[in-house]
Amino acid sequence: MNPVSYGDIFRILTPETILEVVSLLVLLVDLAWLQRSSQSLRMRTASLLGAIGSLLSLLWLFLNHATISAMGGALVSNATVAALQAGILGLTALVLLLGIRERFSRNPGEYVALVLLATTGMLLVAAARDLLLIFVSLELLSLSLYVLTAFAKARAASAESALKYYLFGGISAAFMLFGFSYLYGLTGTTYLPAIAARLSHMPLSPIELVAFVLVAVGLGFKVAAAPFHLWAPDTYAGAPAPVAALIASGSKVASFAVLIAVTAALVPAFGWTLALLCMAAASILLGNLSALVQTSVRRILACSAIAHAGYMLLGIAAHTDASNQAVLVYALTYALTTVGAFAVVALVERSTGSDRLDAFAGLSARSPMVAAALLVFLLSLAGIPPLVGFWVKFQLFAAVLQAPATSVWGLGMVVLAIAGSAVSLYYYLQVLKRAYVTASEDASPIDVTGLESFLLVLLAAAVLLLGLFPGLISGFFTML
Amino acid sequence: MLAWTIYLSFGGALLIALFARKQPQLARMLALVTAVAGFLLAVWAFATQTGLTAIADCDWIPAMGIRYTLAADGISRVLVLLTGLASVSGVLFSWNIERRAGEFFAFYLALIGGVYGVFLSADLFLFFVFYEIAIVPKYFLIAIWGSTRREYGAMKLALYSFLGSAMVLVGLLAAYAVSGGHTLNLSALQQYPFPISFQMWAFPLVFLGFAILAGMWPLHTWAPTGHVAAPTAASMLLAGVVMKLGAYGCLRVAMTLFPHGMDPWGWSFLGVGSWRTLFALLAVIGIVYGAVVALIQNDFKFVIGYSSVSHMGLVLLGLMTLSQIGLDGAVLQMFSHGILAGLLFATVGRIVYERTHTRDLQSLSRMHLSRTLPFAAWLFVLVGMASMGLPGFSGFIAELQVLIGAWTAFPVFTILAGVGIVVGVAYTWRAMQTAFFSDAPATGQTVHSPEPFAPITWAEKTGVLLLLAASLVVGLAPRILLDQITPAVLALPHALLSGGRI
Repeated sequence: MNPVSYGDIFRILTPETILEVVSLLVLLVDLAWLQRSSQSLRMRTASLLGAIGSLLSLLWLFLNHATISAMGGALVSNATVAALQAGILGLTALVLLLGIRERFSRNPGEYVALVLLATTGMLLVAAARDLLLIFVSLELLSLSLYVLTAFAKARAASAESALKYYLFGGISAAFMLFGFSYLYGLTGTTYLPAIAARLSHMPLSPIELVAFVLVAVGLGFKVAAAPFHLWAPDTYAGAPAPVAALIASGSKVASFAVLIAVTAALVPAFGWTLALLCMAAASILLGNLSALVQTSVRRILACSAIAHAGYMLLGIAAHTDASNQAVLVYALTYALTTVGAFAVVALVERSTGSDRLDAFAGLSARSPMVAAALLVFLLSLAGIPPLVGFWVKFQLFAAVLQAPATSVWGLGMVVLAIAGSAVSLYYYLQVLKRAYVTASEDASPIDVTGLESFLLVLLAAAVLLLGLFPGLISGFFTML
Repeated sequence: MLAWTIYLSFGGALLIALFARKQPQLARMLALVTAVAGFLLAVWAFATQTGLTAIADCDWIPAMGIRYTLAADGISRVLVLLTGLASVSGVLFSWNIERRAGEFFAFYLALIGGVYGVFLSADLFLFFVFYEIAIVPKYFLIAIWGSTRREYGAMKLALYSFLGSAMVLVGLLAAYAVSGGHTLNLSALQQYPFPISFQMWAFPLVFLGFAILAGMWPLHTWAPTGHVAAPTAASMLLAGVVMKLGAYGCLRVAMTLFPHGMDPWGWSFLGVGSWRTLFALLAVIGIVYGAVVALIQNDFKFVIGYSSVSHMGLVLLGLMTLSQIGLDGAVLQMFSHGILAGLLFATVGRIVYERTHTRDLQSLSRMHLSRTLPFAAWLFVLVGMASMGLPGFSGFIAELQVLIGAWTAFPVFTILAGVGIVVGVAYTWRAMQTAFFSDAPATGQTVHSPEPFAPITWAEKTGVLLLLAASLVVGLAPRILLDQITPAVLALPHALLSGGRI
């Protein structure tokens, strides 16, 4: 047994430490100096501090990165992990900045502190390679998100969705832990590469299958894959807008990262691939079909999130370097696009008080810039070139078809996925139809601040430019 | 140089969207300048270049071997010329659009840019990118500025197009994976010997995907509703150019990459023994069905809409002949139909409808349009004759070549197609007679407004002159086009010219 190198642990965990310190700082500032200030000033200060903290952490990642591991490989840091963590930090900063004018909470300090805690969980999840560490950091992430979902105390929907999210989440976490314990019992280790090595020498046993299914329940819940997706529409609809954006973006990226890490350990057994494929097929079908009948834009985004999770699961099941890379790129760009879409939804909600399709009527006349941004985000989600959503789909499906393990199911699943994305154009166009075609009697421009305009244009430009020059994304992954 | 047709169109769209949203006159002028510039480039390339010319080639996504490659051969140049013609005349015929004019021309030019891009792409990935770019503007053009059941027509068109492109995408991804994932360059993939078993399913998949956009029966139903719902300029582009995207994709991608997909199956069902025969049969059904349905329509625009299905059937039949003359005819028919469909939609949707505010043939018959709107009446006579395939106009030589090519391959189908062309004479004649030269008394519901119709504007006259002249020139001297088309057709894989394996 090697002596534990606390220096290495600290080096790997510096971004998380920065976040922790800043979250305490936010609490302190809010509690000590701003108790008598106006609500909006408190929210502004807290969000700004939180965003600065995330960006500081991001900066540290850019300046100091190395391929090291600590605690016997349970915590790793390499270019891919660093890129993921940088992406998550950037997404958190975006979510905090876009939510700077939200007034759902009377405790802005606690809200921002919890967001930063959740982000810490995401960063740890991305770096963890040990079952126990994965479980602990996933719980840190989940518990923060449960509380955040309930944060709009004045709205009953927020409490209701938080309860649903919590109950589903608690049960699936219990299942996952149970599955982890079986895996430990089978292999005698919690370290993922060691599990992979032991499993590859073992014949497939019933107990192993049970473990796979239990783990699939837990991780399927985190990525909102069918049939463990039931919480998603309610939570997306009931949570405060920035929290919903966080659940849809950073939390997704982290969950897919851990799914890839776990798959690397379990994939020698075909049962795991089968579980992933079943979830993928169900997600693509259920997500796309249930989105067709929604009238709330947040629910449409939730159903589309389920469908997108299905596409990404195909890449995970293919499990080659190319397909894993494609999944991570997909998750990051999807998160970026979704944050933008939720920002537009939040703006429309603030002006009309509703996220129903009809609330978007005449958006192009009221605010051409916001409507154009929405057009870019939704078409990218639908996979229309030259936006980034098309490119990542192409890369993902090409990687799935090229993987040696996919000769049996690759083509059929890709056909299903592409058919699903053809269906998806219908519901995205339903939103865009309201924004561009339907006239509204209320023609007053909706209220957008300079910062919000800037961020929306930045996001839309990113979605367009990453689609036009996909080399930029792989550049991002190799830069670190 | 030719690449600038694409950049100019997208640039023009961006300029209008950013700076001319509230100024209709500025938007129009910008759109016209952009379209004319693209047209002039197309004419220049058509007049000065021969053979296969490379336009642009640089790394795009090196990790996947995807390059930004543009090239043009004779077929591309002919279709780019058609796009230029259609875009200029489309702007002219939309001159009267006042409502949200800036957005209209922005979407319009974005569509044009996508179309130019498809015709010039030499990399399959790039081809597909441009092909899908063209879908979204169509939806908004129809849904915002359209007429009869516009939202239904627009959504149907968008979903059909997207379904088609999804089929193409599957084939494309599979071809990429099977060939080893090194390149998507069209001429490189053309050299790759795809296994016959693979071609046997990839060919029909990709061909059908493109044929949806080309209006192949029974997947044509988006076309009449879409054309009728669309504003005039969009109908002109849809029927004139966008349907050609489908036919072009069939030829350039499906047939060129997977020529052995057209080999016989080794067994036959009701005389159909290969995908080639099946698609030729569907094309012929389209020719006859489109013509017969056009014969009984009461909405003037539906007559034109179904006639497009019929004429595009001839293009597809020409492709399936797998002979030089048939392919020549198919490309020529694409050009000819592009011009004539544009003219027909302009006459019916803009010149007549914007003045009479009805497209119902019975209502029109009571207006005595031959006296009250003689320009439209004589224009329709000319265009109708061209559309029937009378010698002297572009349609004649194209249909003749297709039928000659088809005669050796499918004698029975050729006779049926001939029947379809005769029915074509009948529906054109009927529409012309009822709408313009009817002697029905002006009694009953008086539709005729007391004041005379607005005079024909300069924009309309210019547009008509441009398209009519193009049709006449091609009809009288088809060699101008054929000198470009034939070398390009001869450069196609040998399997496409040798009449196929029997």
